[in-house]
Amino acid sequence: MTMVEPAIIIQGLTKRFQDFTAVDHLDLTINQGEIVGFIGPNGAGKSTTIRMLCGLLQPTEGQAFVAGFNVGRQPEAVREHIGYMSQKFSLYGDLTVRENLRFFGGLYRVPRHDRGERMAFAIAMAGLAGREDVLVRTLASGWKQRLALGCAILHRPPVLFLDEPTSGVEPEARRQFWDLIHELAAGGVTTLVSTHYMDEAEYCNRVALINRGKLVAIGSPSELRGHQLGGELFEMDCAPLGAALKVLTDVPGVEEAAIFGDKLHIVLSAGGITAGDLPGFLGARGIHADPPRRVTPSLEDVFVHLVSGSHETRGAF
Amino acid sequence: MSGNPIEVAVRVQGLSKNFGTVQAVRNVNFSVSPGDIFGLVGPDGAGKTTIMRMLAGVLSPDAGSIAVDGVDVSANPEQAKLRLSYMPQRFGLYEDLTVAENIFFYGELFSVPRTERIARSKELLEAAGLQAFRRRLAGQLSGGMKQKLGLICALIHTPQVLLLDEPTTGVDPVSRRDFWAILYDLRERGVAIVLSTAYMDEAERCTRLALLHTGEIRLCDTPARIKEAMPGTLLAISSAHPRFLREIIAGKPGVLGTLLMGDRIHVRVDDPARRIPELQILLADQGVGIADIVRAEPGIEDVFVALLGQGNKS
Repeated sequence: MTMVEPAIIIQGLTKRFQDFTAVDHLDLTINQGEIVGFIGPNGAGKSTTIRMLCGLLQPTEGQAFVAGFNVGRQPEAVREHIGYMSQKFSLYGDLTVRENLRFFGGLYRVPRHDRGERMAFAIAMAGLAGREDVLVRTLASGWKQRLALGCAILHRPPVLFLDEPTSGVEPEARRQFWDLIHELAAGGVTTLVSTHYMDEAEYCNRVALINRGKLVAIGSPSELRGHQLGGELFEMDCAPLGAALKVLTDVPGVEEAAIFGDKLHIVLSAGGITAGDLPGFLGARGIHADPPRRVTPSLEDVFVHLVSGSHETRGAF
Repeated sequence: MSGNPIEVAVRVQGLSKNFGTVQAVRNVNFSVSPGDIFGLVGPDGAGKTTIMRMLAGVLSPDAGSIAVDGVDVSANPEQAKLRLSYMPQRFGLYEDLTVAENIFFYGELFSVPRTERIARSKELLEAAGLQAFRRRLAGQLSGGMKQKLGLICALIHTPQVLLLDEPTTGVDPVSRRDFWAILYDLRERGVAIVLSTAYMDEAERCTRLALLHTGEIRLCDTPARIKEAMPGTLLAISSAHPRFLREIIAGKPGVLGTLLMGDRIHVRVDDPARRIPELQILLADQGVGIADIVRAEPGIEDVFVALLGQGNKS
């Protein structure tokens, strides 16, 4: 086997705006054909990192290579080798499917002799055969989004950046979209997906969580779910929920408590109140509670745990 | 305490709306009680915003009726508006006013008495973690902070009915979780909340849901009962090569659907007791070895796909 070079290499990547460090010595290597999710709170440095990786913003310090090109020194070569797609703003609604493809083909400088074949590929991939002359604004959201993907990969970029690609798309279409991404990955295309939605992160092979410009955790969705939350996670039915939450916040042994759907999620550490004691404890304070049950943390539980410890300006919502 | 406790805060009957030849909302019926968080759930274009705008009295229905706290929205829009608060997708914040000035403005608009306005504003700013940003211009807030300020402005008067159109779009999971804590607090005070969302994971936090598809309600129930309505049982199989696994399993007898994820696949089967051993044997025969097949909790999206999917997946 030949050595395959990683598709994205990030080394000590840093971006400062005056005295604010948006991205702080980030290190990350992404292999060819990997689908990696990029998650983090608003203002964590996700967009700044992606803008640097796309060659749109000069790093202050450190370096990054995308498809073998240095983002700081060869930004134009980087831009020619990437595809970028966000759910919003990517297509022209007043142009037809074919006109959009032609436009993006020109923009990405797809060689003329290759253009017909690439457009046909994009149309087939998006399931838009027979609709080439339909105005894009009249298409259902799932088609639009697959067409946007088709436009983003017309020039066969080895690296693809997606920004919340499936928000607001019909569930069935959304699953088809992720199938396409997995198919591209099998063909060697590397994808970095930035999102706020944990269900999008579940489609990724690995998920990188960044907070305050730093990499806080990385692993497969299952590995991240196995992350220590500082105790064991329990789910409990109780009423009223808000009152239970208030009471539990100050109880020794309760590391975290949060409303999750119509239940509470509670992280209990050793040496404090036990799960068995909770119903009685709450009952004595006029709150009805069923016995808690152990649950596996969701990606969101892990996210909130890893992020909220260091959230200074955080309030109750 | 004013008047009798109401049993139904919002009642919607036979609601329809067309835009040209597009039937945006078709014969929609539901009711929301005080203390309900009622979710209108569906993809873009399902009719969520159109229903919200009709509930808020800013768009007239073509057919059907809406009563808010017993007041007919079409007949008495001004009376109805006093009972509700509406936060549209793009809340009308004044970007060149500060956070505090925006709240003051909405307090005036809803004629909230001064002392109440000051107390409520303080309480909400604290809950939102925005105290330190009182003097910042709204235009200079992050997306998540703008959403929070929008909610504060919508809550500066205490409505019986709160309408939130996709309130958490663009808001990160930490802020979203806290946003929901506020909604649960309002719920316990008896406010009826109607919110729309395209996010199926968020939908699970509602007390009741309506699954909307092309302007129609396809299913309306509690999240737990909606999940029970999913035909079949969901299984998860972890693998470093999920794509390969799915190729083996898709279309096999008793397999109702498959979903490829980052480090596993989800398989919906008709009869788990029978199919789990069958799948074990199938995978072992294909050289995958002994696969760990576990039952997975279905999400609302799984139900949506199982009920509405066109069966166009392998």
